[in-house]
Amino acid sequence: MFKSLAPPEYLATIDREKCIRCKRCIQNCGWGVYSWGGDKVLINTSKCVKCLRCYHYCPEEAIEIVDNPTRFKQNAYWGYNHLRNIKRQAETGGIPLTGMGSDLPYTILFDSLLIDACQVTNPSIDPLREPMELRTYLGKKPSSVEFEKGRDGKLKLKTKMPPQLKLSLPIIFSPMSFGSISLNAQKVLAIAAKECGILMNTGEGGLHEDLFPYRDNIIVQVASGRFGVNPDYLNAGVAVEIKIGQGAKPGIGGHLPGEKIPLEVARARMIPVGTDAISPAPQHDIYSIEDLRQLIYAIKEATNYKPVSVKIAAVHNVAAIASGIVRAGADIVYLDGFRGGTGAAPSIIRDHLGIPIEHAIAAVDDRLRQEGIRNEASIIAAGGIRSSADAAKAIALGADAVAIATAALITMGCTTCGKCYTGNCSWGITTQRPELTARLDPEVYAERLINLIHAWEHELKEILGALGINAIESLRGNRERLRGVGLDTQILDILGVKPAGR
Amino acid sequence: MLEINAGGMYYRDLNQKIRDAVNSGEKDITVRNVNGQYYIGDGLRGKSTITVEGVPGNDLAAFMDGPTLVIKANAQDNISNTMNTGKVVIHGNAGDVLGYGMRGGKLHILGDVGYRVGIHMKGVKKQSPTIVVGGTAGDFFGEYMAGGVLILLGLNNDGRPIVGDYLGTGMHGGVIYVRGEIDKNNCGAEVGILDLDDEDMKVLKESLTEYCKDMGLSLDEIMKKGFKKLIPVSLRPYGNLYAY
Repeated sequence: MFKSLAPPEYLATIDREKCIRCKRCIQNCGWGVYSWGGDKVLINTSKCVKCLRCYHYCPEEAIEIVDNPTRFKQNAYWGYNHLRNIKRQAETGGIPLTGMGSDLPYTILFDSLLIDACQVTNPSIDPLREPMELRTYLGKKPSSVEFEKGRDGKLKLKTKMPPQLKLSLPIIFSPMSFGSISLNAQKVLAIAAKECGILMNTGEGGLHEDLFPYRDNIIVQVASGRFGVNPDYLNAGVAVEIKIGQGAKPGIGGHLPGEKIPLEVARARMIPVGTDAISPAPQHDIYSIEDLRQLIYAIKEATNYKPVSVKIAAVHNVAAIASGIVRAGADIVYLDGFRGGTGAAPSIIRDHLGIPIEHAIAAVDDRLRQEGIRNEASIIAAGGIRSSADAAKAIALGADAVAIATAALITMGCTTCGKCYTGNCSWGITTQRPELTARLDPEVYAERLINLIHAWEHELKEILGALGINAIESLRGNRERLRGVGLDTQILDILGVKPAGR
Repeated sequence: MLEINAGGMYYRDLNQKIRDAVNSGEKDITVRNVNGQYYIGDGLRGKSTITVEGVPGNDLAAFMDGPTLVIKANAQDNISNTMNTGKVVIHGNAGDVLGYGMRGGKLHILGDVGYRVGIHMKGVKKQSPTIVVGGTAGDFFGEYMAGGVLILLGLNNDGRPIVGDYLGTGMHGGVIYVRGEIDKNNCGAEVGILDLDDEDMKVLKESLTEYCKDMGLSLDEIMKKGFKKLIPVSLRPYGNLYAY
């Protein structure tokens, strides 16, 4: 066979002095890097993706994974990935795939924004001693409210409130389908969502019956493939999301190859085992805002008017599109930025299409305010939220809540190796191989994810305390409390943020 | 039998009335004076038969799961969108994007249909959707088709082509039967044109017997002309697209 001219990315090495030949590395590696040679462990380093599963499970710390020093000659213009992809394409004629969000060094605006704090004249608040409100309601808000006196003489709300989704804190889990991730990974999200009083999202792969007990914490998704969608499914969660696009691959469809559709995935998706699950790029019943409105209300009619979210990728014209989505009757606009993750996308698409979420939040929030319809829908921002600080900045820019996926997967063992599309995830997350998925104990890993959410919750409260405000509501769209560092005038103008020092 | 007068009624109120009637166990409902109301039968379950007099609006029978809708006139776009089970009979022409993502049940149309009919239809286990079109169809008939049966009869076409371009583009499952000859140039690259075998004839006759009964047509008359079958050449049309 023709040996690939793309040298391996990583070198897996075993310290033979330390190795006790326990073969745990062989058992743990989902990629087939290690095999037993009769008297020692053999290494096929070209298969290594540096997911570090073997390293963690080696009892003797005998394993080291290093970046291959014999990579291509360093070149500031022709990067490693350029050369590697060209060689792979020359060998296969195919489109190189990738997983995760883009890791290219485009400017990260979150890292150029700093949050204000109180000193002397306006006192800060200690969240350990004083109540701090993070509760968030997603959904349409009335433009005015009326009250009336009840029989008991007390005032009560006369205005009929549109349906709201109640969150204990403004963080939810982004859609990840059963098929792209394992059922155990979905269970982790569901258990954590229930425990934390937030929401998980099925993605477009249907709803497995094991998740039925978590229905009060589930958003079900409808995408162009309509996998697993029937009246029961539409009514199985607290809201329905129409997926138009995804930040990692705006404008292109989804494609789960047949070999990744075992029985359970096929059942949830309601398709035959082993057939390709193709989600066409557009939904062919939606070619306009009017068509979108039609589907939104078709879903509302079928669900007795549950809230409907519309998820789009952040693209150049995102503000106008979001305005159309709100006018089409959506209760929630879900914006997925350029850094948003994926289980599989052509790397050329992931790395070069769309705009970062920071720009998109500011542009959409501005536009909806200018048009006087900001109250008509909530904004969820997603696509590369790495910390509670990113979440706070996104909310200050104008989001009602943020959605996280990669951060949640990292609590399950993900090391961002980016090889989700191969279905070999050694951590049991982005795979359907039973021997691998069995490693991800939902109860054990849910505990870790719950810890993360609680930690971010505390951090958000500390940030609010430092800002001298006691409710996340007061931070929402409060760009006066952000300052830009090293940003040019035009970007500051787009973000609606002053430079630091002003 | 229950009669509902839809004259001047807002779609939301009309559909609530229909749902209430079905939920209270009414098996035979006639809705009169329908004039473009959207979403009739949307998400509706049960085994009722609903006869619609007048032209219903878009998204008829979307997400429907069980009932039978009989339309005594033309109908519009997006009929049987993601329908699960049940039946829709249209005694007239219908518009674009019919049976999108349909997973089961039957859609029978007497006359012509527009563009993008039967896109991404899919079957699972015993559930398999069937669409029968009596007249002609526009472009993208059976695009992305993943399962089920599409039958195109081309009756009364007055010399017009019975189907548009891009027939079966991206098809990776299911089968399309077309009465008459198919020009390969009208088809997507993913399909092959074959003659029918005995199993096909069985499926076809079974579907058309029911269709003819609904429409008052003669099966013998229809079967006088030969059919062609379209199936995907590969279940993995995009198998070699990616480099891993």
